[in-house]
Amino acid sequence: MAKVLLMQGNQACAEGAIAAGVKFFAGYPITPSTEIAESLAKRLPQVGGKFIQMEDEIASMAAIIGASLTGKKVLTATSGPGFSLKQELIGYAAITETPVVIANVQRVGPSTGQPTAAAQGDVMQARWGTHGDHPIIALTPASVPECFSLTIKAYEMSEKYRVPVIFLMDEVIGHMREKIELPDYSEVKQPCRKAPAAPSADYQAYKPDQDLVPPMAAFGQGYRYHVTGLVHDETGFPNGSPAATAKLLKRLHEKIENHLDDIVLYEEYRLEDADTAIIAYGGTARSAYAAIDMAREQGIKAGMFRMITMWPFPDKQIAKLATKVKNIVVAEMNYGQVVGEVKRVVEGKAPVKLVAKYDSDPISPKELLQVLGGR
Amino acid sequence: MEKLVEKYFRPRLPHIWCPGCGNGIVTGAIVKAIDKLGLNQDETVIVSGIGCSSRASGYLNFDTVHSAHGRALPVATGVKLSEPRLNVIVVTGDGDSTAIGGNHFIHAARRNINLTVVLYNNNIYGMTGGQYSPLTPSHSIATTAPYGTLERPFDVPELAKAAGATFVARSTAFHTQLLVDVIAQGIAHDGFSLIEAVTQCPIYNGRQNKLGDAPTMMKWQRDHAVNVEAAKKMTPEQLAGKFLIGVLHKSEAPEYTKQYDDLVIANAQKGAK
Ligand code: SF4
Repeated sequence: MAKVLLMQGNQACAEGAIAAGVKFFAGYPITPSTEIAESLAKRLPQVGGKFIQMEDEIASMAAIIGASLTGKKVLTATSGPGFSLKQELIGYAAITETPVVIANVQRVGPSTGQPTAAAQGDVMQARWGTHGDHPIIALTPASVPECFSLTIKAYEMSEKYRVPVIFLMDEVIGHMREKIELPDYSEVKQPCRKAPAAPSADYQAYKPDQDLVPPMAAFGQGYRYHVTGLVHDETGFPNGSPAATAKLLKRLHEKIENHLDDIVLYEEYRLEDADTAIIAYGGTARSAYAAIDMAREQGIKAGMFRMITMWPFPDKQIAKLATKVKNIVVAEMNYGQVVGEVKRVVEGKAPVKLVAKYDSDPISPKELLQVLGGR
Repeated sequence: MEKLVEKYFRPRLPHIWCPGCGNGIVTGAIVKAIDKLGLNQDETVIVSGIGCSSRASGYLNFDTVHSAHGRALPVATGVKLSEPRLNVIVVTGDGDSTAIGGNHFIHAARRNINLTVVLYNNNIYGMTGGQYSPLTPSHSIATTAPYGTLERPFDVPELAKAAGATFVARSTAFHTQLLVDVIAQGIAHDGFSLIEAVTQCPIYNGRQNKLGDAPTMMKWQRDHAVNVEAAKKMTPEQLAGKFLIGVLHKSEAPEYTKQYDDLVIANAQKGAK
C-alpha cells in the first residue's frame, strides 16, 4: 500500500536504498549527509540489514566493498571532504567491478568549506576523483521523490554493470522536505547482479559475457575466487602484461560506453519550441523550472535539459540540443564544471553561457529569469 | 605438507617472495592451522592489504581479497558483519596494519569483531625496497633512515590488548609449531584475535642492518624469543633484550556480530512490529 509522507531528500535516499534491498551500510558522520546514516541506523536492522559507523570515511568505503563481495547491496553516504577520502577505494571498486553506491551530498569546498551550504562543486571529482582511467556512473536527483526512485535506479545500474555509482546529491535536495508517495516495497523490482552457474573448477571470475560484464559470485558459496586491485586477467589473478592491461581497461570502459542508451537519463522540460535551453541539475534545476515558467508567461521561449545521469555525460543528447536551440545557458552552483563538458559537446554549434554561483546561496529563479531576458 | 599444498594453495606457485623470506613459513602455518581446525574451505575468506606478506591471499585457495594498502581490516569487517557465518582471516604486514592501517587496527580490536589477524612482522617495508616501518627497531638503518631511525617501534601485542583485542599472541618463523598453534587458537577464539608473526626479510632488513642471511636471522629469533610461560620464572636481567612468544593475552567480551543480532536486530524488529 502506498504511503504519502513529508520527507527530506536524505531520508528519501535512505528509503530508496531499503526499497532496493540494501542490506549493508557503513559510514562516517558528515554534514549535510548525516541523515542518510541516521535513517539507515534505524531502518536497516528492521529489515535484517546491518549498519555500522566506521572509524573513518576510508574504512566505510572499504567495509561496503567487503560486504558487497558477500553478495549484498551496499551503501555509504558522505559529503565533500569524506568523498575525497573515499576516492582510492572507489577506484578499487571500479577495477574489481564490485557494485557499490556512494551518496555524496555536496557542500561548499574545497576543504571544510561550508558544511551547511549548497554547492555543486564535486561534479568533476565524481568523474575523476580516483586515480587512473576508469568508468563511473553518477546520478543526480532534483526532488525528494526522485531521491527515492533514483536511488533504486542507482542499484539497477551498479548491480547490472558492476560499477561504482555515485549518487550525487546537493545540500538543497538533501535537506529539502517535500511530499513523497512511497510504494509498497514488496512491489519494487529488486535489482540484482548476474550470478554465475554452479561452482566449478573452471570458473573465471572476470570472464565477461556478451555484455562485457562478468557474472559475479558471492563469497562463501564455493567459487573460491580472487579479488585484487592489481591489473588482472580473466582468471582474476594479477597480470601486468601490456596486453592484459589494455584489455581490462578497454572492457571496463566499454561495458559502460556500450550501454549509454540504458544509462543516460535526462528530462526535457518545455523544450519543444525553445530558443534558449537551460542545462541544469540537482537543486539548480528547481529554480530553472520556476524561471522557465515565468519566462514563458512573458513570451520568452525557454526550456530546460535537466541532467539526471551526470556521468557518463549525455554527449549525444546535448549535441542534438545544440542544433535545435539558439542559446544554451548552463546553470550550476560552482565556478563552472559542467559548462566545460557542454562546450566540448556543442562544438560551437550554439553559444554557451554560464550562470555560475559559488557564494553558498542557491541560484534563484529571478537570477535565471534575468539571464533569459525576462523581468 | 604436499597434501596441504594441493588442498589449500592455488596452482600458482612458485611465489614471488625472495629466497630465505619468512613469508612462506608464516603462510604455511596459517594453512596448517586451518587444516588442524578443519575449517570449511568454502566458508573461509582470506583478506589481505598490500605489501610482501599481503600477496599471500593470491596463493591461497579460498575466497580471497587482495585489498588496498592498510585497508584489509575494514574490508574484512564488511565481509564478516554482512555474512557472519564466514571465517575471516586477515593477512597483513607491519607497515600495512600499524602505519597506514593503524586506525583501522585499533578500532577492529576495540569492536571485538570475530576476525583473526596474522601480522607478518619483518620490521621493514619490503615491497617498496627497505624503508622503515612503525615496527622497525630504533636506530636501525633503512633506505629512508640512512643515519638510523629515531622512532620507537610499537609493541603490537600491547597495542592490540590496550585497544581491546580479546586474543593476542606472538610467535616467529623459527617457532613454527607454536605459530601454527597460536594461529589455530586465534581462529577458534570468538572475538578479535591478533597473532604477530615475527619473520625475516633477509633482503632488505637483513642486508641494511647486517643481520646476516635467513638462517642467521632465524637463529636470532630462536635466541631472543622467550616463551611467556618460561619468562615467568626469569629475572628482568635475564629478560633484557628478549621478546615474549606464546599467548600473551586472553579475555572475554561479547563478539560484535553476535551482539548485533542479539541486541540491534532483535530490538529493531521488536519495535517495528
Ligand atoms: S623483500 Fe623481504 S619480506 Fe619481501 S619478499 Fe623479499 S625477503 Fe620477503
